[in-house]
Amino acid sequence: MIWTTALQLAVRALWRNKVRALLTALGVIIGVGSVITMLAVGAGAQERIARQLENLGSNNLMLRSGSSLRGGVRTGAGSNTSLTRADAEAIRALPGVLAVSPTVRTGAQALYRGSNWGTIVEGVTPDYLKTRSWGLESGEFFSERQVAAAVDVCVLGRTVVRELFGLVDPVGEIVILKGLACRVIGVLSEKGAGNWGNDQDDIILAPLTTVQRKFMGISHVDRIEVQAAGKAAAASAYKEIQRLLRARHRLQEGQANDFRIYNRAELASSAEESASVFAWLLGSIASVSLLVGGIGIMNIMLVSVTERTREIGIRMALGARRRDILWQFLLEALVLSGIGGLVGVALGIAAALLLGSFSEFEIRIVPWSVALAFSFAAMIGVFFGLHPARKASSLQPIEALRYE
Amino acid sequence: MSATTPVIRLSGVHKTYAQDGVEVHALRGIDLTVAAGEFVAIMGASGSGKSTLMHILGCLDVPGQGDYWLNGQAVRRLDSDALAAIRNREIGFVFQNFNLLARTSAVDNVEMPLVYAGVDKAERQRRARAELERMGLGERLAHHPSQLSGGQQQRVALARALVTRPALLLADEPTGNLDSATSREILALFAELNQRDGLTIVLITHEPDIAAHAGRQLHMHDGRLEH
Ligand SMILES: Nc1ncnc2c1ncn2[C@@H]1O[C@H](COP(=O)(O)OP(=O)(O)OP(=O)(O)O)[C@@H](O)[C@H]1O
Ligand SMILES: [Mg+2]
Repeated sequence: MIWTTALQLAVRALWRNKVRALLTALGVIIGVGSVITMLAVGAGAQERIARQLENLGSNNLMLRSGSSLRGGVRTGAGSNTSLTRADAEAIRALPGVLAVSPTVRTGAQALYRGSNWGTIVEGVTPDYLKTRSWGLESGEFFSERQVAAAVDVCVLGRTVVRELFGLVDPVGEIVILKGLACRVIGVLSEKGAGNWGNDQDDIILAPLTTVQRKFMGISHVDRIEVQAAGKAAAASAYKEIQRLLRARHRLQEGQANDFRIYNRAELASSAEESASVFAWLLGSIASVSLLVGGIGIMNIMLVSVTERTREIGIRMALGARRRDILWQFLLEALVLSGIGGLVGVALGIAAALLLGSFSEFEIRIVPWSVALAFSFAAMIGVFFGLHPARKASSLQPIEALRYE
Repeated sequence: MSATTPVIRLSGVHKTYAQDGVEVHALRGIDLTVAAGEFVAIMGASGSGKSTLMHILGCLDVPGQGDYWLNGQAVRRLDSDALAAIRNREIGFVFQNFNLLARTSAVDNVEMPLVYAGVDKAERQRRARAELERMGLGERLAHHPSQLSGGQQQRVALARALVTRPALLLADEPTGNLDSATSREILALFAELNQRDGLTIVLITHEPDIAAHAGRQLHMHDGRLEH
């Protein structure tokens, strides 16, 4: 039999039972559509996490002054003053360490002419930009020498610029911070919202020493961020730093660390892992609906074969070979799943885009997921269509003709 | 095919059905030869095995024992594809209940054997139309079976049986569901096809006046032919 004729025959047979064909195809449409949508949601989540981790710097280690036993009272992280700038310099000398950024933070009201804005002042060193993967929009950053000299300069985040200056270029202007006149020498590029929805651009950076001595009157640091050369370097630095700091802080064997150290590379890989588990979970739940759609096809095709046994007999009496009958039913199943697959792809993409624009979900339509869902649908057509088609083609002509 | 080769030759054909452990001997040793151009009528009581014989002649069923040569070809040796090809090209079959495809136009019904013969669409349409016109159904091409009378339906079935130009026409009580006037019309068509086109016809009927049209009458009784 000629291919085009066989295809026509299949389409015509389906057309005769429009509603039934539509309902059967709907199973596949929903299956394919939900696979694409769910994988888009999963991939979106993965991408979002990957981007956030990149922002954090995934090869970074973070140190905070940590709880230690003081006369039996354990104080919270950061309440202790064990970390110093000297610790940071010692860490910088370790192999595999690219950048070390000690920081302190305090709240401050910033004044510029008539306006004022409550923000955070962070005391940092030039390495800060490297460890945070941040850059400047205009002006310049303070140098090591300016840090050493505790110069009264500052670099503003975008939000502070917007709130205090509006459209005025802040570089070269003077901002009053806690009664101290600081010259603005640069503006940070826009960073956007942080992982917890905080505004990362609502910040003023000043030399570490300036903030320590002139604003806070302290000599310790709150945190030290360490950037390692890679994941492996981060892992070995994690151990080295603990050994180094324990020695520097003269901690005895059996005494707890007076600092806390976090490996962001580890956090990163566990976050990435949970994101991909999430993506696969969504994908596999959706595949179940695709499977159910396939079973729907088989069910309808089996009913169809039984219902059309006489037709099969007539066709055989008129010269249809077994393979003609096999192809007739297989093609019907394939057309159902193929059309269902195509409509499902369109609907799945549309649903994903809709979800992306109307909800918090980040959506990323992955081309391979579209190809996967469609070919899965076609395979389901073959797989679930083959059994009924075989059943039809194995009938004896006379038995099929006599079938009531 | 040499002039002496009969269209049909049956020798010692038996057919036994096993139904719930009970054996029914539908055919008990049939010997039959039909030459090209013959018009044979088979009569007999209900249950005597006429339809069973016809199904074997039409390659819709196979003999339990015995042999069948169609145009000199031993049917026993043929596989299912070859049998399909024979049903398609060498035999036209007309059933008592027409066996037309429902919700399918007359043209599409008639064109169906040509689909399996691998004829292209335009040629199929042309030949199906011509055949229907020959049966006097030129005005009913697009009608579905449910929109046709019994006689018209049987003529569509006849057009379908003849569209591939077979040498042998088998008809199992073709007028069984028709009134006597329509029966006479259909029968006149058979006679014409036999006389004008030289078509070999084997026909089953219950009515003696119909059988009288045939060149040869055979009687079946309890699975045996009485000449
Ligand atoms: N598929 C079958 N299974 C079991 N028995 C069958 C089957 N087909 C036919 N028979 C039996 O074989 C015998 C012959 O049946 P057949 O249909 O050939 O008779 P017939 O001469 O055509 O009768 P009628 O004139 O009523 O059509 C009957 O006894 C019938 O019950
Ligand atoms: Mg009968």
